[in-house]
Amino acid sequence: MKVGLFVPCYINQFYPKVAIDTLELLEKFGLEVGYPLNQTCCGQPMANSGYEHLTGSTNELFTQNFAGYDYIVSPSGSCTLHIKDHLHSDEAPAEAKNIRSRIYELTEFLTDIIKIDNIKASFPYRVGLHQSCHGQRGLKLAQMTELTAPAFSKPEQLLKMVNGIELVPLTRADECCGFGGTFCVAEEAVSVKMGKDRVADHIKNNAEYITAADMSCLMHMEGILKRQKSPVKVVHIAEILNAAMV
Amino acid sequence: MSAGKDHAALAQVFNNDENRVDWHDETLWFVRAKRDRASHGIPDWELLRETASQIKHNVLSNMHNYLVQFEENALTNGIKIHWAADAAEHNAIVLSILKEKGIDRMVKSKSMLTEECHLNDFLQDNGVEVIDSDLGERIVQLAKEPPSHIVLPCIHKKKEEIGDIFHEHLGTAAGESDPQILTETARQHLREIFITRRAALTGVNFAIAETGEFVVCTNEGNADMGAHLADVHIASMGFEKLIPQRKHLSVFLRLLTRSATGQPITTYSSHFKKPRPGQQMHIIIVDNGRSIQLGREDFRNSLKCIRCGACMNTCPVYRRSGGHSYHTAVAGPIGSILAPNLDMEKYADLPFASTLCGSCSNVCPVKIDIHDQLYKWRQVIVKNGYSTKTKTAMMKGMTLALSSPAIFNLSGKAGRLALRYIPFAVNNGLNPWFKQRDMPTPPEDSFTDWYKKNRKGEKP
Ligand code: SF4
Repeated sequence: MKVGLFVPCYINQFYPKVAIDTLELLEKFGLEVGYPLNQTCCGQPMANSGYEHLTGSTNELFTQNFAGYDYIVSPSGSCTLHIKDHLHSDEAPAEAKNIRSRIYELTEFLTDIIKIDNIKASFPYRVGLHQSCHGQRGLKLAQMTELTAPAFSKPEQLLKMVNGIELVPLTRADECCGFGGTFCVAEEAVSVKMGKDRVADHIKNNAEYITAADMSCLMHMEGILKRQKSPVKVVHIAEILNAAMV
Repeated sequence: MSAGKDHAALAQVFNNDENRVDWHDETLWFVRAKRDRASHGIPDWELLRETASQIKHNVLSNMHNYLVQFEENALTNGIKIHWAADAAEHNAIVLSILKEKGIDRMVKSKSMLTEECHLNDFLQDNGVEVIDSDLGERIVQLAKEPPSHIVLPCIHKKKEEIGDIFHEHLGTAAGESDPQILTETARQHLREIFITRRAALTGVNFAIAETGEFVVCTNEGNADMGAHLADVHIASMGFEKLIPQRKHLSVFLRLLTRSATGQPITTYSSHFKKPRPGQQMHIIIVDNGRSIQLGREDFRNSLKCIRCGACMNTCPVYRRSGGHSYHTAVAGPIGSILAPNLDMEKYADLPFASTLCGSCSNVCPVKIDIHDQLYKWRQVIVKNGYSTKTKTAMMKGMTLALSSPAIFNLSGKAGRLALRYIPFAVNNGLNPWFKQRDMPTPPEDSFTDWYKKNRKGEKP
């Protein structure tokens, strides 16, 4: 099985550790992982701003980069969802279609494809899990509170395998953090208020760390935590799952 | 879009008072939580939603036939039917009915359609006094404001503010904010209205093609009191309010109020089938852009809406920006996909007033793909040129940078210049990100740099 690692643009530039942990984690499970060096971005920032028609070139680039892999794995629910829903290619339509059906967010890949049942990791802290909307409602990584259906959560399932971790409950299990891509600047006031409220829910429930399967939500919440000079830190789920045993 | 009137600007004003935002958010979340308890208690909830969605799908696909059937049956029942192509025609019809009877005072029960048509202003300009009889509607009417929510029209007002309004208009004691006393005052005031008005206008929740009757749902019974006492009952409905058969009501009535307020059913679900002896009953069937929306395949589903307001209560943006920030009669997620159909330029901002979190689509009792439609409207709005030049230039710049691995990686060690092309940094220079948030600390190396140094690298 050959896995292509897709690292979203902002993770590549700002959070390389998340990508490194993702890579190492996949390798821990004996996978052959390739990282196409020419990758940039999934095109979501343009598409969600109404400029999907400008994403032709990023789409072609993405398709070239990831054609030929059995699976494409990414530590971001939102970018994964975008590719799954919107990747098209005029030059290689069949490849694009193939990629759409073979791209997975990291936690769903671990639970659904390679079906791991234990992880050698340790993270002895109180952690609040933020269910990022695109992953949760878009990729169905977890059940949402709106539906009348049995509960499940793929990220939580994995976190529960980590040594020493204490998951804290939240008052609003799946409220949006307010990042929303360009929404975070176009609607600055509401975005920040949502982020503050989301962070406050974790703090109120005594979390030391906030984790998620989407770094973009965490980046937004981190910006707010830092401004508040809060001791609470953000950590991507890949970092926890790859945290060394103590 | 007129300057300073877009959602972001109005929401920012709303956010100047953080305590009020917290209160607004908590109040609506309380309703959403009640909705959860009510819906989760019904094991076949998801089946009900699917059924309702399919019934409405059938209606939208056979609109012409159901409208003809409804009209025929309603006429047989002795109801007068009027067709209005747009808001102006609707308003003119109402006025002509009143004029014919020499009526210049009317009582009205809640109808978002008449808000959409700006009926109150029109009638007032034509010398007709209109009193809204739904308590919330009456409060915002006295405050000279539009409703901010389709089910809870004055949810943006605290009880102290309502006390002040009642003190000014209805003579309660200054500083009185006891809900019981205020409600009783309103009750007495409205009773006086009900018994003196010869014409009553109501909305329509469901119009049944099979029988030519319509159903009006209220918790206060105000629609009934107005309509039963008046000589003339006018019912205004958008044509999408149709359902094929009476038995289908069981599906919708179970969904409607549970979604709206968490109640099992509205206090009054009143059927109106024929005028009582001596009474006149009119139904005005309104298009006002609906047939255009019906013709837009991507947006047609929005006409399934039964106006429960659940999408607003669940919407994290609505809760923190207030209904008035949407500057349209129907606010929130559903308003944001309905409004651009009416006026794409004026409402070009609304599809962007969302994080696309998807909660609205999943709470919706008729399964409207609201957040997907928001995404699609964004594409339509930009393609039709209702985006700013700056934004377009920025997007083009971003596309260029992201299409080229060379440019993207160029930033290298130079302080992560690529920052400029990162999604959230769209508006570099005066980036609103920094106002209330810190930036991530740029690392020495990008992941690509690290990979090149530490691993063999997949050939490009
Ligand atoms: S779109 Fe759905 S949730 Fe929103 S008001 Fe209409 S029926 Fe209710």
